[in-house]
Amino acid sequence: MAIEIGEVHKNSKLLINGVPYNVEEYDFMKPGKGRAVYRLRLRNLLEDTSLDITYHSGDKVEEAHVTSTQMQYLYREGDHYVFMNTETFDQYMLGEKKVGNKKNFLKEGIAVTGVMMEDRPIDILLPNFVELAVIETAASSKTDTRTAQNKTSVLETGLTIGVPTFVNEGDIVKIDTRTGAYVERITQKK
Amino acid sequence: MDEERLRLSRIKPNLERRAHIMELTRGFFRHCGFLEVETPIRAATVAPELQISPVESEGCFLITSPELHMKQLLAAGYENLFQIGHTFRKGERGRWHNPEFTMLEWYRTGGDYLQMIRDTEDLLQEITNGLGIGPVISYQGCQIDLTPPWPRVTVRDAFREAAGWDPVLKSNPVRFDDDLVCKVIPRFSPARPTVLMDYPAAMASLARLKPDDPTQSERAEIFIGGLEIANAYSELADVKEQTERFAREIKQIAQERRPPPTPRRFLEAMAHFPESGGIALGMDRLVMLFCDASCIDEVMAFTVETA
Repeated sequence: MAIEIGEVHKNSKLLINGVPYNVEEYDFMKPGKGRAVYRLRLRNLLEDTSLDITYHSGDKVEEAHVTSTQMQYLYREGDHYVFMNTETFDQYMLGEKKVGNKKNFLKEGIAVTGVMMEDRPIDILLPNFVELAVIETAASSKTDTRTAQNKTSVLETGLTIGVPTFVNEGDIVKIDTRTGAYVERITQKK
Repeated sequence: MDEERLRLSRIKPNLERRAHIMELTRGFFRHCGFLEVETPIRAATVAPELQISPVESEGCFLITSPELHMKQLLAAGYENLFQIGHTFRKGERGRWHNPEFTMLEWYRTGGDYLQMIRDTEDLLQEITNGLGIGPVISYQGCQIDLTPPWPRVTVRDAFREAAGWDPVLKSNPVRFDDDLVCKVIPRFSPARPTVLMDYPAAMASLARLKPDDPTQSERAEIFIGGLEIANAYSELADVKEQTERFAREIKQIAQERRPPPTPRRFLEAMAHFPESGGIALGMDRLVMLFCDASCIDEVMAFTVETA
């Protein structure tokens, strides 16, 4: 569907020459007596490359038709991550590059939202919080009294974060996927 | 709802500083012998400008600038005038734009665009003194030295250097705006204000052409920290030429939308218009500079989305 450039905003999905892009940055600048200039930084949703492009008021752009589906993360296979549509049980693969840092929160079995263009997965959205097991913690140092959260630990997905000193190996902790920060301890190892 | 309340409470220091800057600005002009005036914000017509769309209001227009009314006062014998008021420009929304914004305009009988630039240098000095800060301000990670005089560069030189062409020789308004935004402004020194002077005659707007070179006009824009802050003119006082410029502009606007009616009262008054300089300064952006704000939303209580 064609829309006016003025209707575009950050995270709009656009189709340019048949290639889907996500709008990463969007600037509107208008010289006092001149024409409006829209400067867009776009990310190619298929290849993970970026593109800078300039538009003017009145220009039309094609909106990419994107849908979202409930999915479950199954397992990793080589450099791909395998997901399953929880309604149709169709399976989809997403490359390591597309998954990026989100892999830090991908625990087998968790529910994610799949962003689909036609029948191709182009991205996944994580839940805001995930619960992960602590597999390794640094010995807490008694001399380090700067903060309560001063112990690094490794989680089951390989992510390294700071946790309070009372957290031990085997505990399950809640992590905010937007910031990557520790939120609270869910269960203590018996 | 809660989010909006929190936002308003968060920007309180900025709005306090804003009020202080308004006070200092008024003090500066009163001290310099300027008369503060108020003119309508809803009027029968506005200056026809192709790239500025006015908001219509029951057959009238919300003003895009108080320019025409203030000039009618000058034509009636008023001398130095200033005004701080709200103006409206349809569809202009972005990090540095809100469709309703606060404009400071001042006019000096007998002045020209160079005088208006010097006035702006003095005004900013008055504001930094009043705020108790030095001439060097910190904006978005850059130290900007506001000590006058500010570096001046002609449109011709700036474009030759940054974009590789001369917009005075070759008229290309589309390429001009693109290159100004993408090439020329980014090349300005982040450590100093920049005065971009002598716009090509085709972009003179309401400024007079240079007496010794009619291919350029006595129009200047002041940029600080990448922000366009003010637009100065040696005001055009030639009724015949102004009438022609309006007619040309109206004809061009008519191809895109319904043009505003010719500003007849203004043109009639122009017969008595004195030689003068005028300038419009975006107060919200000026406050952004002194609050180190990256977005105009941080210095106005309500924007188009929350109004």
